[in-house]
Amino acid sequence: MIRINNVTRKFGKAVAVDGVTFTVPQGDSVALWGANGAGKTTLIRCVLGLIACRGSVTIGGHDVACDGKRARSLIGYVPQELGFYDDLAVGDAVAYFARLKGLRLASVEATLARVALTGNERKRVRDLSGGMKQRLALAIAMLGDPPILVLDEVTASLDACGREEFVSLLSRLSGDGRTMLFASHRIDEVATLARRVVVLCKGRVEGEHDAATFGLSLSVGTVLHLTMPRHVRSEAISVLRERGFAPSLNGVGIVVPVPQEQKAVPFRVLAEAKIRVDDFEVLGSGNMPKHSADEESRS
Amino acid sequence: MTTLTVDVANAGVLPLASPAGTICNVATVAKRELRDAIRSRWFLLYTLAFAALGLGVSWVSTAATGGAGLSGFGRTTAGLVNLILLVVPLMALTAGAGSIASDRERGMLSYLLAQPVTRTEVLLGKFVGLAGSTLACICLGLGACALILSISSGGANAASILWLAGLSFLLSLGMLSVGLLISSLARKASVAVATAIFLWLTLVFVTDLGLMAGTVAMRLRIEELFAISLLNPLQVFKMWSLFAGESSLDVLGPAGLYATEEYGPRLHAVFAACMGAWVALPLCAAVLVFRRRVPL
Repeated sequence: MIRINNVTRKFGKAVAVDGVTFTVPQGDSVALWGANGAGKTTLIRCVLGLIACRGSVTIGGHDVACDGKRARSLIGYVPQELGFYDDLAVGDAVAYFARLKGLRLASVEATLARVALTGNERKRVRDLSGGMKQRLALAIAMLGDPPILVLDEVTASLDACGREEFVSLLSRLSGDGRTMLFASHRIDEVATLARRVVVLCKGRVEGEHDAATFGLSLSVGTVLHLTMPRHVRSEAISVLRERGFAPSLNGVGIVVPVPQEQKAVPFRVLAEAKIRVDDFEVLGSGNMPKHSADEESRS
Repeated sequence: MTTLTVDVANAGVLPLASPAGTICNVATVAKRELRDAIRSRWFLLYTLAFAALGLGVSWVSTAATGGAGLSGFGRTTAGLVNLILLVVPLMALTAGAGSIASDRERGMLSYLLAQPVTRTEVLLGKFVGLAGSTLACICLGLGACALILSISSGGANAASILWLAGLSFLLSLGMLSVGLLISSLARKASVAVATAIFLWLTLVFVTDLGLMAGTVAMRLRIEELFAISLLNPLQVFKMWSLFAGESSLDVLGPAGLYATEEYGPRLHAVFAACMGAWVALPLCAAVLVFRRRVPL
């Protein structure tokens, strides 16, 4: 269904995706796994035809470069954060994208009911919470029931509760037979949604794993997700880097890979620097593959 | 693959790749753009300013003729032409410049382009939508002037106002194309709008002064002066408006006399070709640029 053949994309001298080749057969669900900067989002943009690349991507037999419109008509896409017309009412947004997909929508209510947004038709998009916006994006992606779903770290900006809710909704809606390609940092998402995992590192495919056994290949370590105000994130990253950590921006906060026995250290470091942490979450033991964590530490 | 339940059970699917699908997508984007533009405070501001200044110009011009009909319609036309030269290009340039760049900045562009639409459809949709909004602004602004003039002249010069409105719309389309080209090239909306304002200043003030200086310094021949004037869409609009009203460009001096004698009624075709080029060429360039740029 999705055939990615020797795809390479450079930004200036930096190679974001380097000769990536794999296929996602019909009905399969593949997770793209890798540290920040591994090339997951760039690859997804290549798949959607948003950026030009060397090599080829075909969706259901349609080349994305030559026949992008037809290829994209087979895809429902959910981005990390919904870039949307904020002043639009939810119902109007659904109707707008239905028209772009060439659909005449029988009922906006039914569409919204699928993602538990019933009763929000008249609400402005800007008034929705982050989780509701993602559900709206999912509703739009599912319009016309496309055979393929492409998701780009869709839960990165959600809190724990919103994430759990969204993944369970996704798992229910994706159903049998739908082909899925998604990028994720989270092992629980991969375990729930994927059958296969493609590990990317520095834009290259480092390996392909069965999702069921993927957890075993991960290193022993912990990744903390720290939620903090936007204006202190850069400072927090600098402070943590000075102390030997390798933090990176992610959604509404930063993620910090830490050794098992040093989980409290980042908190102490940030407290000493008088940087406020609003919330935290342990993303799970061994949430980063060995090579990715190592790469990130080096960078 | 198993069949999936569809919530759009009664949905009719348009063939996406057909011309009908293309027209539908352009119309959908255009409607959205038009709605956005009309609801923006800029549109309101421009329209109010245009209408108020237009009314002022019309009032003063008719008053200056002693309120006796519109025997001095040429004076009113000249006033309105100068007003249009300032307001319409600024409005169209900034509207065009802000559209794609601001969508790109807010992350909406990549989401939109991830749908089954082509970049050309999106760009044309934006062009049509913004053209609709500038047309609305021109109609409201000049409509108010027409009302005043028709009350004073008993409906006599309606055709002249219609000409003026049509030419203003054509000018706005040209400036909109240029604005969209700027927007396709710019990464930030602020840069795009600033560039548009700079270009507006150049077209309105600098080229006139440059032409005057060039004429003296380089001793340009009259036909060269006329040809160079045709490169500025604002000059084309001004000359065409005067020619449409007076059937002569004598008021512009030697260059006007030369153009009237050399081309006569063919001046309409000359001006139309220039304006058409100012609409088509930047729009084509915008499409080409937009198709190559990364929608970050």
